[in-house]
Amino acid sequence: MQRNHNHPKICTVEKVIDETPTVRTLVFSDDVMANVLPGQFAMVWVPGINELPMSVMITDEPGMAAFTVRRHGPASTGLYNVKAGQKIGVRGPYGNSFDLKQGRLLLVGGGTGLVPMMRLLTFVKPEDDVTVLIGAKSKDEVFFEGMAENLLKQNKHQVIVTTDDGSYGNKGYVTDMVDKLVSENHYDGVYTCGPEIMMYKTVQHAHSKGLFVQASLERMMKCGVGICGSCCVGEDLVCRDGTVFDGKHLLSNKEFGHFHRNKAGILENY
Amino acid sequence: MEPSLAASIGKIDLERPIMLASGILGISLDVFNRLYRSGAGAVVTKSLSKEPWEGYPNPTILGLKSGGWINAVGLSNPGAPYFAKMIEPNTDVPIIVSLVGSVPEDFDFMIKQFANCKVAAYELNLSCPHVAKVGLEVGDDPELVKKIVTVAKKSSDVPVIAKVGLGTTHYLNTVGAAIESGIDAITAINTIRAMAIDVDTQRPILSNKFGGLSGSPIKPVALRCVYEISSKYNIPIIGCGGVSTWEDAVEFFLAGASSVQIGSAIGDNWINVFDDINKGIKKYMTDNGFSKIEEMVGLAKKS
Repeated sequence: MQRNHNHPKICTVEKVIDETPTVRTLVFSDDVMANVLPGQFAMVWVPGINELPMSVMITDEPGMAAFTVRRHGPASTGLYNVKAGQKIGVRGPYGNSFDLKQGRLLLVGGGTGLVPMMRLLTFVKPEDDVTVLIGAKSKDEVFFEGMAENLLKQNKHQVIVTTDDGSYGNKGYVTDMVDKLVSENHYDGVYTCGPEIMMYKTVQHAHSKGLFVQASLERMMKCGVGICGSCCVGEDLVCRDGTVFDGKHLLSNKEFGHFHRNKAGILENY
Repeated sequence: MEPSLAASIGKIDLERPIMLASGILGISLDVFNRLYRSGAGAVVTKSLSKEPWEGYPNPTILGLKSGGWINAVGLSNPGAPYFAKMIEPNTDVPIIVSLVGSVPEDFDFMIKQFANCKVAAYELNLSCPHVAKVGLEVGDDPELVKKIVTVAKKSSDVPVIAKVGLGTTHYLNTVGAAIESGIDAITAINTIRAMAIDVDTQRPILSNKFGGLSGSPIKPVALRCVYEISSKYNIPIIGCGGVSTWEDAVEFFLAGASSVQIGSAIGDNWINVFDDINKGIKKYMTDNGFSKIEEMVGLAKKS
């Protein structure tokens, strides 16, 4: 029967890559997922465990896609523990994607928020001047630095790493580096994905300089298709209106940067 | 003269005849306002319980390859007290508050939480097919239904609707029990108990195994129920089940529904579906010489 993108398609994990002590990338074959746009996501079913929204990671082979997951709660830990040869269900892709400008670009990613940033890098033009900013707590949580360098071989570029504790790269918060960069340079587009507070500050800094900025949001999701309402942020549904929103729009949303909903739908502070 | 989309469901007057069905998106006032602006005549909230409920673990929903959806979200909701506070600022949107509980006292407690809110009606969920001790298990017990409706009617002056579904008791008996106790309107039907099994992993897909079937597969069933209720009883009916086009909505009017609710179609077509259906109904009315929705209600029963 024909594929229905709302019905889980079973894929076998072919390879598992340890990125850090808490982050793994699970690689599988699927033409649809291999070609999603940066910012789009899939609902990933770990049979017997849970189903969770995941940004789709790039791979270096055509027809292959991946999920890069940090073990955190029961669902993400369930996905993290999937071994090569095990089956997962994948539905989607869902959501919109980044509006990629040309010229001088700044990408700001934290943790697995780097996943859509890496995919975005596959869409930049050779003449773009690209700065990738990677924020991490400490050295052993830095990943995808080499991948960013590799993807930008043809471009004028720089990849900057900041760590909160200074154990690698520049010491300090990534958002302070954002503030510094947007104060000293003009960017034609600023793109961010990662922890909400990081995105909130990045959007604020970039917007205050009049720069075009977009963020890809994350929320608890049940359906992924705009039915359950779990992922609403103000009047916006992350699954259907996002995951990517313009910074200007986000700053007018009273929940962005402050609240998310729990499984019962009650607002909780970040 | 341009036809009017205004609909009256007994004492409930709406500017437009299509509502958001319960369980769909009904979690924040900001979203309600947006849906109202998008063309919904009213919004029905998620079914609220006395306490917050997290619902079932994912997977809680899936699309069927043959069309339609099965869900077992598990009635996740923030609880009536929290929700009432959240919608207190509402001034514009006709909000129908859906309630779920096991005993009459639950409903009395919850309705009293909304004393300071603008509520168009309460809809008693007597038909959710995938949560124990509430929903369909209540609807299957006509004596309990009578007690709950009686209490809900006493708890406020706001109209009370009963949402019925296909359980082990014939739904017409549930409808009859609700009417006997003074119900103001009936919503028919809820999702139908169903399941899906993945053949590659040989296991049910939903974490709850069973869920409720919705969308186009259940439309002919829902239509039949509306026709049967309107043939047997003189009670305002809200049609619910697989409405995704103006033609579906008109079918429900002709079967005897004064208005319709929309749920799964939002998953397929997003919220433009309200405006699209409103426009389609209006065109149909113009083309066929109807000036009011009520002129169409129950017309299919004439022969």
